[in-house]
Amino acid sequence: MVLVMGFEGSANKIGIGIVRDDGHILANERTTYCPKVGEGFLPKDTAKHHRDNILRLVQKALQTANITPSELDALAYTKGPGMGGPLRSVAVVARTLSQLWKKPLIPVNHCIGHIEMGRIVTGADDPVILYVSGGNTQVISYSLQRYRIFGETIDIAIGNCLDRFARVIQVPNDPSPGYNIEQMAKKGQQFIELPYVVKGMDVSFSGILSSIEKIATQQLAEGTCTKEDLCYSLQETLFAMLIETTERAMAHCGQNEVLIVGGVGCNVHLQEERGGKLFATDDRYCIDNGAMIAWGGLVMFTSGVKEVPLSETTCTQRYRTDEVLVQWRT
Amino acid sequence: MSNTKGEVIKQGAEARVYRTTFLGQDTIIKERFSKSYRHPVLDERLTTKRLNQESRCIARCQKHGIHTPTVYFVDLKGKSIYLEFIEGKTVKEIMRGQPSQQEVDTVSLLIGKALSSMHNEAGLVHGDLTTSNMILHGDQLFLIDFGLAYVTTLAEDKAVDLYVLERAFLSTHPNSEEMFKKILEAYRQNSKKSGEAVLKKLEEVQMRGRKKLAFG
Repeated sequence: MVLVMGFEGSANKIGIGIVRDDGHILANERTTYCPKVGEGFLPKDTAKHHRDNILRLVQKALQTANITPSELDALAYTKGPGMGGPLRSVAVVARTLSQLWKKPLIPVNHCIGHIEMGRIVTGADDPVILYVSGGNTQVISYSLQRYRIFGETIDIAIGNCLDRFARVIQVPNDPSPGYNIEQMAKKGQQFIELPYVVKGMDVSFSGILSSIEKIATQQLAEGTCTKEDLCYSLQETLFAMLIETTERAMAHCGQNEVLIVGGVGCNVHLQEERGGKLFATDDRYCIDNGAMIAWGGLVMFTSGVKEVPLSETTCTQRYRTDEVLVQWRT
Repeated sequence: MSNTKGEVIKQGAEARVYRTTFLGQDTIIKERFSKSYRHPVLDERLTTKRLNQESRCIARCQKHGIHTPTVYFVDLKGKSIYLEFIEGKTVKEIMRGQPSQQEVDTVSLLIGKALSSMHNEAGLVHGDLTTSNMILHGDQLFLIDFGLAYVTTLAEDKAVDLYVLERAFLSTHPNSEEMFKKILEAYRQNSKKSGEAVLKKLEEVQMRGRKKLAFG
């Protein structure tokens, strides 16, 4: 039996999870930093939030799992990609605990954590993966020891687009701007045409954001549309673009399974949109959490990554999904 | 004209493809279906636009001697387009069948040439260049599926077109970097100034691909 504790803090969520090698999650504790309405989360404040909460979460996770640190086989933390400050504040704690407890420390790619977590939770074996979150938008397919990126955003991520739009129309950040937009979109009545930007297999969201910002200021003042209409139209347009590229990747790879992971993946409307065989998880696993990093670390650990020297347990803001050698899959 | 559509030979992301006989010719019908998940306004807009683009771009390609299936008929109401059936293997199938170095070289040359004429003579981009969208018919390379094609003069658009192909190559055919280089070389040799500009832009687009790494 192998037990791994995972530390995640690449964005505004800090999470500690403990998983076992049969896929059982013993603990998955998390808190989210929510800035006030109209603001985004700044790296400095987010890092402080993580520092303030991490030790409490570690203790709580051990308690929930009902184990002592000596029972753990390894620790895993997010190496990147993510925001520098928050990543570092978590990596410091992970390094310290690994030395105190004398456990090997494994750096995990955040995106790989999402993918592997999605696969174990849903049982999807070899799906095309749509990875959508506040910082990432990628269509991925596995081939020969790499998760290869088929299409991605060439500017901002979809979650970032939604979050920034939420600030424009003053949607609260609690529990998350994306969730609140989803709820408002359900009440939208009017479809407002927005640019539709698919460039090859890639998508671009920044122009759509500028466009809807302009429409919002004008039309809301004139009273010709509501905030709900805007949320609805934005969501419809963005999701149609994503699904189009995902479908093309599926057609090209000859696969009919798709797995949605990442924070935006818990949007129920996005999950409903596609026929074929869809695998999706709920907010416990979609949204950044410690268990996914623990699980990512566990599959690496059991496939032979034993001990990473302390000097190599760094973190980085840029760490592409396709940089990781996937030695645990054939 | 018969009303039967024939048998479905391929179900793509955007359309269903049937094989049938039309006015005595071996024909495929590409029928775009509406997507229930897409908003009707958006769906109608995209479908009609792509149907038009496809037929226009094919005609434009043929004017410039690029091999594509001939358009026999366009049924706007039925959202269908009737095209000549092309016998042959897709480049994807060829690549999967462990081709000899010579075969690879020949195909690379043909791809480079075809893309160069399409971009720099016909002045359009394909929009969805993958190895599944190229058919080798005898010693001729046919480009198919122009649903996302459009006319453009921008080097940027053409560079993105090549970038799509590069990624389709690398993600479906591992270790095909050499082959893609050969394609670009053939592209360069068959185009004049405008081709150079596209290839220069491609370097920029490739860089863009890398830095878009972020967090989530």
